[in-house]
Amino acid sequence: MADGLEPPPFEEEQEQKEEDDLFSDAKEKPSSPDTDASTASNPESNADGGEVEKKDDDEEEEKKDLFDDGGGSEIKLDSDEEEESPTSDDAHRRSGSGDYANPFDSASTTAAVAPAATAAASASKEDVTPQISVSQTSTSSASKVSGTSKDSREELENGEDENQYEIKITVTEPQKMGDGMGAYMVYRVVTKTTNPVFRKSEMSVPRRFSDFLGLHSKLAERHPSQGIIVPPAPEKSVLGMTKIKMSKEESGSADFVERRRATLERFLNRTATHPVLLADQDFKEFLEKDSDLPRATSTSALSGAGVMRLFHKVGDTFEKIAFKMDENDEWFEEKQQQIEALDQQLHKLHGSMEALVAHRRELSQATAVFAKSAAMLGNVEEHTTLSRALSQLAETEEKIEAVQKQQADTDFYVLAELLKDYIQLISSVKEVFHERVKSYRNWKEAETMLGKKREAKAKYEVLNKADKAAQVKQEITEWEGRVEKGQEEFEKLSKVIRREVSRFEAYRVEDFKNSIVKYLQNLMENQQKLIKYWEAFLPEAKAIA
Amino acid sequence: MMDGVDDSPDLLAEDQETRQGRSDTVDLTDTSLMVDISDSLSERDKVKFTVHTKTSLPQFKKPEMSVVRQHEEFIWLHDRFVENEDYAGIVIPPAPPRPDFDASREKLQRLGEGEGTMTKEEFMKMKQELEAEYLATFKKTVAMHEVFLQRLAAHPVLRQDVNFEVFLEYEGDLSVRGKNKKEKLGGFFSRLTKSVDESLLSGQKDVDDFFENEKQFLIEYHAKIKDATMKADKMTKVHKNVADSYIQISTGFVLLATIENTELDKIFTRVAELLEKARKLEGRVASDEDLKLSDTLRYYMRDSAAAKDLLYRRTRSLADYEAANKALEKARTKNKDVPQAEKAQETCCKKFEKISDVAKKEIAEFKTRRIAYFKKHMVEMVELELKHAKAQAQLLKNCISSLQEES
Repeated sequence: MADGLEPPPFEEEQEQKEEDDLFSDAKEKPSSPDTDASTASNPESNADGGEVEKKDDDEEEEKKDLFDDGGGSEIKLDSDEEEESPTSDDAHRRSGSGDYANPFDSASTTAAVAPAATAAASASKEDVTPQISVSQTSTSSASKVSGTSKDSREELENGEDENQYEIKITVTEPQKMGDGMGAYMVYRVVTKTTNPVFRKSEMSVPRRFSDFLGLHSKLAERHPSQGIIVPPAPEKSVLGMTKIKMSKEESGSADFVERRRATLERFLNRTATHPVLLADQDFKEFLEKDSDLPRATSTSALSGAGVMRLFHKVGDTFEKIAFKMDENDEWFEEKQQQIEALDQQLHKLHGSMEALVAHRRELSQATAVFAKSAAMLGNVEEHTTLSRALSQLAETEEKIEAVQKQQADTDFYVLAELLKDYIQLISSVKEVFHERVKSYRNWKEAETMLGKKREAKAKYEVLNKADKAAQVKQEITEWEGRVEKGQEEFEKLSKVIRREVSRFEAYRVEDFKNSIVKYLQNLMENQQKLIKYWEAFLPEAKAIA
Repeated sequence: MMDGVDDSPDLLAEDQETRQGRSDTVDLTDTSLMVDISDSLSERDKVKFTVHTKTSLPQFKKPEMSVVRQHEEFIWLHDRFVENEDYAGIVIPPAPPRPDFDASREKLQRLGEGEGTMTKEEFMKMKQELEAEYLATFKKTVAMHEVFLQRLAAHPVLRQDVNFEVFLEYEGDLSVRGKNKKEKLGGFFSRLTKSVDESLLSGQKDVDDFFENEKQFLIEYHAKIKDATMKADKMTKVHKNVADSYIQISTGFVLLATIENTELDKIFTRVAELLEKARKLEGRVASDEDLKLSDTLRYYMRDSAAAKDLLYRRTRSLADYEAANKALEKARTKNKDVPQAEKAQETCCKKFEKISDVAKKEIAEFKTRRIAYFKKHMVEMVELELKHAKAQAQLLKNCISSLQEES
């Protein structure tokens, strides 16, 4: 992936803030971000450079990889500084970005992975999908107007990194297979991509829920230890599935199925946005392989593997309590605190959101019940025009009920589930932090061991036990090697994690922004529907004579 | 507790409207007797209404007066009208419901208990909301009591009642003690017999088509409107809950904004502001729905019950009349006590005919009133709904475009 990189984008490699596009030129200079911001506030210079990359988190990731090897540490530092003083930088960048129409939207128009995830999330609600595409196209035209240079940037990028390619995954057609306790749901996973790494540009494969879990467990075994944040697995729900298994008809638990389908879709799209995960063989196979995948039995909670997982989890928890890492990296300390605070707030907000969803659903039911009662009253009413008006009122209330129901669904699928996803993602982030702690511990333990060996050697030398001293000397060399390796690995892991966390932050910003705008748009449309319905009813009310 | 009817500017605007609205079913062009509730005081357990009267009628001692009355005294007055046979053919304006602040008090208490779990702003907002609710309930009860008096004052026959005069004039307490056990039991029994009578008599088909139809109509209508009132109440209550839940979400976003280290903090702040404004609008939608829809249904539920009562009284008097006829026949055959029987029969006949005459007019007026009231309030409700929906749509539009610009 990283092979085809050429110098120009190389330089531009930057942090994942949206506005970074504009300032990438400036940021390349090892000078402070603040001064860069002022120079970067001139969009033209960026455009001219033709180097401002289009917004692509992943692409930047790739380039960072190179940097790690090739002394890009300078730039790294810059980005780190930026991380540490984000608010002031943001303020600067924002002032700059004012000139540039919708750089944020440019991010959404670039059909790269991040929007795909949100688009996929929106696909879960059919009505909403068209709206998103509309907003995207409108902003894309806007950005086209404001900066044709953007397109040229896109072209520049195209050849370089597969993450420039689109990939959009949808999970559709949930179908119940089998009967009774052996029943299970099968979903159709449809992938559309321009990425040449895949065999076809459009693939459609059947997958069952355990396949998803199997995929996740493989990814989770392989990547977090390398510092990669793996999107969390879709939840198992014994209750939900049992209801489905036991119910005869399809429509049994439509809500549960829809919720699960949406979660699976988000999971796949999030995974696909990550360049490393996208390249994972198992992931590719999951998307591509036409036939059924081998049953992932080890995902079952009661299987042997399940029990082992439980063991490890418990062990991990003890570890976390027992070993307190001496954190001398400010960045990590700060990040961890931020993540904790974020976790807490997301939990709270999620709770409030769920309360809203519940109330709205209750409201739509109450409205439906009232509508029926009003209709009956209309039937009884002896005066003709009043009777008609009451019946019309009942009809209007029914329409309003539909709006309220849809609103509750949006509350849920766009915001509540988003918050839930991020709460889970944060636990993946914490896991990756923990891997770093483990790596640190290994290193330090190796150091301790080395120290002991050195002491032992010194002791033997004093006691004049030459042969033992020699043996220990060999061990010392071995341990010295281990210490070095331990440190190397720790530092490498730390770097990867920094990058991952930055990527996560940028992704989070984009995701939240998109979702919030989408949510508000939906709210607005619903109000407009209400306006329509009431305006239709008003003459009826006035006609009472 | 709130003193008087003073309140926040928001609600004041509505106050003007409701002051007008209260009396819209009553013809105020006749100014010879004008009654209103000029002040009200909510004390721990009871509400004290200051009833203010302006009159040019001769029977009153002074042209203007003010007295303080409590809810029980209104009920006393209503009962005096109901039991007066002279008014048997009239739809007696329904008694105002007892002031009930229990629900509000409970909510305020629960809020107080949960104070520790929320931020200061959140708590203040919720407290404000509850206080506004309390105030709204208070205003409603004042309105209900006022309309009752105004309808009495506007009715050509009822306004002449001596008890009414006393109610408006007498400055002391009307000594309306709460019903003691015996009276309560007695009341219970009379209600029981009444409903048994009602069901017996409702089975009886009336010779007069007009009254037969009206009876059928009112029985069904009352049942349906009672149901609709209940369901409307539920709907507006839940709607208020939805509006209130925005408070927590808005707070959540504010908190997120404070810990946020990316540009999301601005977005979160905007969303929090938006939700705060949207919540107020949603709350308005819910309370307007309550005022214009639920209250309309509720009032006509009571009024139609009063009309039903009228028909019941008439049917009762018809039964009496028929009984008197039979007694007369019997007396004639036995040739004993004929003059008494004749007199009794004549009285019953006169009574029945009077009731029937008056009832016909009253029922027709009831219908006209109902139609006008529904129309007015439905139109007002729709106009308010439109106003709020448009405001919300605009609010959202502005927020969305500011979020999209900002980057």
